[in-house]
Amino acid sequence: MRLSKILSAGIFFLAVNVALAQAPSYSNVGRTPTKEEIQAWDISIGPDGKGLPVGQGSAKDGAPIYAAKCAVCHGANGEGGKIGPRVVGGIADTETLTTLKPVRSVGGYWPYATSVYDFIHRAMPRGQSGTLTPNEVYALTAFILFKSNIIKEGDVLDQNTLPKVQMPNRNGFVPARFADIPDEHKRGCTQGICP
Amino acid sequence: MNPKQTDRRRFLKNGAALAGLAVGASATALPAAAAAEPALEKVDELHLYGERSHFVTTVRNGSINNPERRLKDEAVAFGLRAPLQDSVGMITPSSLHFTISHGFEPPDIDPQEHHLLIHGMVDRPLIFSVDEIKRLPFVTRFHFVECHGNSSPRGPGGDARISKDATPQETHGFTSCSQWTGVLLSTLLKEAGVQKGATWMIAEGADEPKHSKSIPIGKGLDDALVAYGQNGEPVRPEQGFPLRLIVPGWQGINNVKWLRRIDLVDEPYMAMMETSRYPSMRLDGKSRWFEFELGPKSVITRPAGGYKMPGPGFHEITGLAWSGAGAVKRVEVSADGGRTWKDAQLHDPVARKAHTRFSAPWTWDGNEAVLQSRCTDETGTVQPTILEVAKLWNADVDFLLKTQQVVGDFNAIQPWKVNRDGSVQNALV
Repeated sequence: MRLSKILSAGIFFLAVNVALAQAPSYSNVGRTPTKEEIQAWDISIGPDGKGLPVGQGSAKDGAPIYAAKCAVCHGANGEGGKIGPRVVGGIADTETLTTLKPVRSVGGYWPYATSVYDFIHRAMPRGQSGTLTPNEVYALTAFILFKSNIIKEGDVLDQNTLPKVQMPNRNGFVPARFADIPDEHKRGCTQGICP
Repeated sequence: MNPKQTDRRRFLKNGAALAGLAVGASATALPAAAAAEPALEKVDELHLYGERSHFVTTVRNGSINNPERRLKDEAVAFGLRAPLQDSVGMITPSSLHFTISHGFEPPDIDPQEHHLLIHGMVDRPLIFSVDEIKRLPFVTRFHFVECHGNSSPRGPGGDARISKDATPQETHGFTSCSQWTGVLLSTLLKEAGVQKGATWMIAEGADEPKHSKSIPIGKGLDDALVAYGQNGEPVRPEQGFPLRLIVPGWQGINNVKWLRRIDLVDEPYMAMMETSRYPSMRLDGKSRWFEFELGPKSVITRPAGGYKMPGPGFHEITGLAWSGAGAVKRVEVSADGGRTWKDAQLHDPVARKAHTRFSAPWTWDGNEAVLQSRCTDETGTVQPTILEVAKLWNADVDFLLKTQQVVGDFNAIQPWKVNRDGSVQNALV
């Protein structure tokens, strides 16, 4: 009995030691969040679709939602208004990028369709961000992309199809490879200016 | 103006009126002294939070650009610029620190309710209260925060920057420098245990649009800090209260205010700002995305645009210099349009990735003169002329001046022309 107690205490001591070796340096500062907490907070969506929730929507579904919640700021057809910038725009906008007045519309400039979902979800509508359901966000994304001639009216966007949408300006950014981005010296930036 | 401020101002007025009454009363009749006592207490209360002299009136200019207010007031300015022409030393008072919040008002955050979550590719996701962050080892460092569009010919300030009448506030007011206190982000990341393959982090704010920014993890493990203190007091609400990510030397957009979440990932997440607003466009239509480090820059703040020389004679030239690559090593000043240069004196503290105050003696002979400064940082990089910037952009100067987009990271030497009548004008154009 006594021996087993000593032994188990020893084993416990060892276990604690091993745990400590991998443990944080500062005891009892910060706590482990629950899975639910992380899920509730984590709204990031990657360019490959990581983080996209279950749901779906088409431009047809999106039209009435856009009219009700977005048109007041962004204009009836996404042309922009006094409060919200232009969101609809396709190839024609992409062609302005070499001029003195480049147009950076969602349809004509943004390289990733996932960013459209991410931004609508996190920030829109102004003053009521976070109130749209995943289905509504998919539908609004589809509406903007349809109006920009990027997808068809009946195309359904979801976790799988949204990341596959090819935006007109997808290849308009340098450096093209993600791995080449962080090293500004390799990029040839000099005197604070990148080529 | 929030109700509390309104109350305070009303109280200030009442307090002052009562104080006047008290003095008058005590001079005429003693019995009134009893009634004056509460007023005196209020007068003491007035001193609990200091105010500057009412003779000092320098303020920021511009607008927070709230589009809902823009409907009533069509003057569109993109953010509030710091009045550099009135600055002394290298610290920007927190109340005058530039601010750009893309049209949104700062959130009103109760620090007891605010938390910072670190998760994603870590061994141990962690959530910290603000008080817990304050229990950890901290650093206090001087760092500038600068908008990537600061001093761009058509930057966030619009045409004001290229006007002949532009002041340093209009040309360079989107930079400010503070003494920041906080926990190195590397301390928090080590607590969470960065996993192999985590190459980027997404920093996110608790503002209404929940601004998010992808940042290479190397910067997070280097000198980025989670600041709760600014210039000896809590970070101000418009600067990110209660927690702000400070990313020293990098474009302002990375310095996420109201920081609530750091997500470790394996690629940039292509957030709205970094893919749609902040890439700078090349002549061939391609956009440079994810530019980070700001180059060496300097500006003479006096005598400068908008200043009136009192007359010929001695006048110390002074200004600010900074670089995202490290400390300022040298500042040269020219009074003859760049034909000859003289070393300026650098005033302590000369800190890495911070504004550095410089000065140089000058005696004005009453003739036309062009004043300019040139910064060299600790890596030996020299601030370029506008011709050199154009060359690096593979464009001509005319393009830089005429394009309707922000010329990001524009750090050309700023010339100020001193006219015979003593007026000083912006001579970039």
